[in-house]
Amino acid sequence: MNSLIPIFVIVPLATAFLIMILGRIINGFQKTVTPLILLFLTILSFYFLINNNSNSFVYSIGGWEPIENVPIAIYFVMDGFSLILLSIISLIGFLASIYSISYISKFTSENNFYSLLCLMITGMNGVVLSGDLFNLFVFLEISVISSYALVAFGTQKEELEASFKYQVLGGIASFIILFAIGLIYWRTKTLNIADASIFLSSGNSNTFDLFIQILLITGFGLKAAMMPFHAWLPDAHSSAPSPISAMLSGVLIKAAGIYVIIRLFFNMFVASEEISILLTTLGTISMVIGVLLAIGQWDIKRLLAYHSISQMGYVVLGIGIGLIIIARDGKPSIAALAIAGGLFHMVNHAVFKGLLFLNAGAIEHRINTRNLKEMGGLSKEMPVTSGTSFVASMAISGIPPFNGFFSKLIIIIAAIQARFYLLAFLAVFVSIITLASFMKFQRYAFFNKTEHSNKSTLKEVPFPMVFSMILMGILCLLFSLLAFPGIREQILGPAIEVLTNTDQYVKSITGI
Amino acid sequence: MKGMSIIVKKIAQLISGFIFLYGIYIIIHGHLTPGGGFAGGAIIAGAYILNILAFGSDAVNLRNKEKGSSLSESLAIFIVLMLAIFALFIGSRVFLSNYLPKGQLGEIISAGVIPLYNIFIGIEVAAAIITIFLALIIFKEETKR
Repeated sequence: MNSLIPIFVIVPLATAFLIMILGRIINGFQKTVTPLILLFLTILSFYFLINNNSNSFVYSIGGWEPIENVPIAIYFVMDGFSLILLSIISLIGFLASIYSISYISKFTSENNFYSLLCLMITGMNGVVLSGDLFNLFVFLEISVISSYALVAFGTQKEELEASFKYQVLGGIASFIILFAIGLIYWRTKTLNIADASIFLSSGNSNTFDLFIQILLITGFGLKAAMMPFHAWLPDAHSSAPSPISAMLSGVLIKAAGIYVIIRLFFNMFVASEEISILLTTLGTISMVIGVLLAIGQWDIKRLLAYHSISQMGYVVLGIGIGLIIIARDGKPSIAALAIAGGLFHMVNHAVFKGLLFLNAGAIEHRINTRNLKEMGGLSKEMPVTSGTSFVASMAISGIPPFNGFFSKLIIIIAAIQARFYLLAFLAVFVSIITLASFMKFQRYAFFNKTEHSNKSTLKEVPFPMVFSMILMGILCLLFSLLAFPGIREQILGPAIEVLTNTDQYVKSITGI
Repeated sequence: MKGMSIIVKKIAQLISGFIFLYGIYIIIHGHLTPGGGFAGGAIIAGAYILNILAFGSDAVNLRNKEKGSSLSESLAIFIVLMLAIFALFIGSRVFLSNYLPKGQLGEIISAGVIPLYNIFIGIEVAAAIITIFLALIIFKEETKR
């Protein structure tokens, strides 16, 4: 099982270059091979996820053994937490690439699109698997730089502007992250996360550590678009092609931002109360202000992009509460519940936000506008789009049978058990406003009566797009099963185990 | 794009060969001296760019050249990846491991598979820089018209 780990990086990387070579010669090579390899990765990652008995698998690249207990190799670590991310990256990537088959055909240079998509997935898989900080940074740059190019794929004026803005802010974030990694290397004399964790937990912490942590929160907060650092997200996510918006919003901000924050603050640094309160506050602010900014938007994709900020706030809130309880030596069961809520919401958000962006893309594909005021009455002509977007809207607003309800419920229960009543109230309040803004989306897009100029030609989108949307709609229902005991322990349990039990994570890598 | 005067052309002709050779030197000594694939590749690309700037070329010709350079870029990086994947089937069966005999320290042919990586990374970097350069020139030529 161990030897299969680098496949998650090798296969998409090789495909990206193969597309650039063979895609010129063989017609349609790019659109067949990309979904196929992503389907393969999805099956592989779900196989690992289901057969995972809370072991960590460690793979040392180049076969370098530790010397005097100093791990010198580049490590790939696959544990419960990485596996959850790996599965959603491959799954959303697979569905988005199927959707692209008909969506991207109106653009030229399809080869470049699929090649960049594969590179982005390579980068994200690498970030999730990497066990040391510098390679994490390299893979982060691979995924983020290909996403800069993908945002500008339409090469219209606003797309280029959004991509430029994204590049400037992303560049600042990368600079800050690299600076922080340099400081960590200076302080701990190692780049391996587990090895650095041994050093940081044995020495007494000082303000220097605090400074590094603040730099990391700033850098990865910019990548994850937490509230004071969110300025690039609405532009970038709304002007990218729709399948890429689904990838960016559904997966990239999690793999490149939230995942690294969680991994470093749980498994590397010693949990401190100041930092955990700071994280929780940032999460709450992005949750509340994100939704307040979203409700006034008339551009559907901008509205969805602001909701991404708000929903990421929920994830950070759940994780932050867990970290506060760990820092205060509170009850481990409550901490585990809060972390479970955060991780569960992260998975759910990937599915329903991905679906919503695909719906927005389907509407744009048919009536060539993103303005809600120019739509209306689409439910009759586009029943599948209408139905699936209803499912996703209900899921994101937290209406019972769908997955969003259960994850929000777990976060709220954890907040109440930890006696953060205000945070629990705010989580409910934001959920209500989310519902209101998605009612607006439903009404103006699908039920309002507006006369279209091209009413006669208006029909449902082609089969590949319909296929992805229906599958994601089903997943919205299916993922609510994760809330139930039995399945929850199997899927979320190992991840929580890794996060709350740093010693075991360290032991599995360094063997000490 | 128009070429430059006869003096520039002659000097570029004289110098570019040496620059090219120096680039190759940097690449094949990558495992012994400072430098390697990336640095040598950039120098080789410099030799090409010098010639293109001195002699000039029309847009159609440049477009064909760009196709060639971008294809060789993809091929070179693909071969680098294949060299790494090949390690999965030989020796210790670990990704990116050094599976060739290490040889004598300080010899040109030593350090196992690392010189091969250097050579193909050199080709990749040279082709990538030339592709970027050509893309910029083609863009300029097209907007002029």
